[in-house]
Amino acid sequence: MNTRPTTDHTNADTSDRAVGLRIAQLRVEYGDFVAVDNTSFVVQPGESFGIVGESGSGKSTVLRAICGLTPSVSGTVELIGATDRTLPAPGSKPFRRLVQMVFQDPYGSLHPRHTVDSILAEPLAIHGLGDDQQRIERALDEVGLGSGYRFRYPHQLSGGQRQRIALARALILEPQILLLDEPTSALDASVQAEVLNLLEDLRERRKLTFIMVSHDLAVVTHLCQQLMVMQSGKTMEMLSHTDLAAFRAENAYTQKLMEASAGFRRAAPVSSR
Amino acid sequence: MTERPAQPDPMLVVNNLCVAFPDRNGGWVDAVRNVSFTLGRERLGIVGESGSGKSQTGRAIMGLTAPGGRVSATELAFNGVDLLRCGTQERRALRGGRMAMVLQDPKFSLNPVMTIGAQIVETLRAHQEVSASVARNRTLQALEAVQIDDAQRVYKLYPHEVSGGMGQRAMIAMMLIADPDLLIADEPTSALDVTVQLQVLSILDTLVAQRGMGLIFVSHDLRLVSTFCDRILVMYAGRVIEELHSGDLASARHPYTQGLLNCLPQLGQSRHPLPTLNRQPQWAV
Repeated sequence: MNTRPTTDHTNADTSDRAVGLRIAQLRVEYGDFVAVDNTSFVVQPGESFGIVGESGSGKSTVLRAICGLTPSVSGTVELIGATDRTLPAPGSKPFRRLVQMVFQDPYGSLHPRHTVDSILAEPLAIHGLGDDQQRIERALDEVGLGSGYRFRYPHQLSGGQRQRIALARALILEPQILLLDEPTSALDASVQAEVLNLLEDLRERRKLTFIMVSHDLAVVTHLCQQLMVMQSGKTMEMLSHTDLAAFRAENAYTQKLMEASAGFRRAAPVSSR
Repeated sequence: MTERPAQPDPMLVVNNLCVAFPDRNGGWVDAVRNVSFTLGRERLGIVGESGSGKSQTGRAIMGLTAPGGRVSATELAFNGVDLLRCGTQERRALRGGRMAMVLQDPKFSLNPVMTIGAQIVETLRAHQEVSASVARNRTLQALEAVQIDDAQRVYKLYPHEVSGGMGQRAMIAMMLIADPDLLIADEPTSALDVTVQLQVLSILDTLVAQRGMGLIFVSHDLRLVSTFCDRILVMYAGRVIEELHSGDLASARHPYTQGLLNCLPQLGQSRHPLPTLNRQPQWAV
């Protein structure tokens, strides 16, 4: 565990300024297979951007390419923000601190033999941040778990609690951009609502920028203002959430997705509010 | 196996079913508590969150409760056969033959070292005495019945070579090949993409309707179940807390059911923050 006293040099100038992201002509290949082809989009600081598509459409690969988890990438990824400050280049350590990822399956993404405490202490040690004790307690508070959860193992937590720990692990570095890879698809409907509310609340408080991947159109529309539909590695359609709310979509796959959620709505009661 | 009486009505009777597992301190944890229902040739949905006992109810009916678990009931009868007292042999003949279960994730429930065709043939020949060529033809027909276009090709593939939706369709074909009276589907579409989900459901729906089977559909998605089933049991902490007809979802009285309905984000509605469930301790009593 890290006990070196380090000065928290980046804290002052990142805490209240949102950062966005510009992706241009991103292309990811695995051997002959093109997973993502010629994808470009801009996420303004403080905005939430959703990516929707079926399994294998390359939506998760886009996130992995942004944070440097894919081997063969061409195209550019850059941070955008206020012009008076220089933003770190992709792949650098400060970039990784600013851009954090939350994975889909909270059963697979936490080390089964590490306690919550050591799971949260590790990113702090890597980035050489001081006062672990306070930061860990604060991170746990922020995701709605008290310090009573600090010395538990992942198997002693429910799915929703684990996803909160995964979120705390990302947030403990005070990132500005969160990459969310289907953050609620492994959770029960009732727990999903809690996690979505938590994400919204954190975004508000920390002025975060989200890029969220999901195959559930309703979840993405709930959280994001902008939406990209992908199919077999290509961008099919860009939509705003008002388009979606009004069921305006041109692409056949988007329409199919809408039908799917309309199918669930058929027997639903009239709005409860 | 004894002669089956001519389709008693209802097909499945469950009365005060309890399932318990031993805990570390020598006590018992009640996973299912006093669940009672009857099933005819209809589609029954069982809805609840993780740990509500919905899957354990299905498994107890199939006789697949994990070793160590304790199953008790005042009555558990299927087509007139007392499931609590019938022997392992008879139970085994029923399972897969007269009642079948589709599991959640085809990645884990298909045998990874057998081709899909061989697995389906094995199921068929375990329950009916048919020649190899007849078994092959029936398997190809079953694969076509679940809308697999190129059945000849899929027959020879291994589970890792097909997509999740295709795997789940193969699983359904396997479960239906022996022509069971009762199908228990335990979250059959949760591991699939939304659009594939609807395809698989419509296949399941037509097959169940054509063959006049009883279906128990276990899921955590109340909305999905309500568009698919005739009747819904809502479970919480091992108990059935509410029984609903799927058309009457709006008139759900229990706060848990209402909470489950409200907490889903919906297209064309903006509710920030989403209402969440406020779990009351007395629900679990």
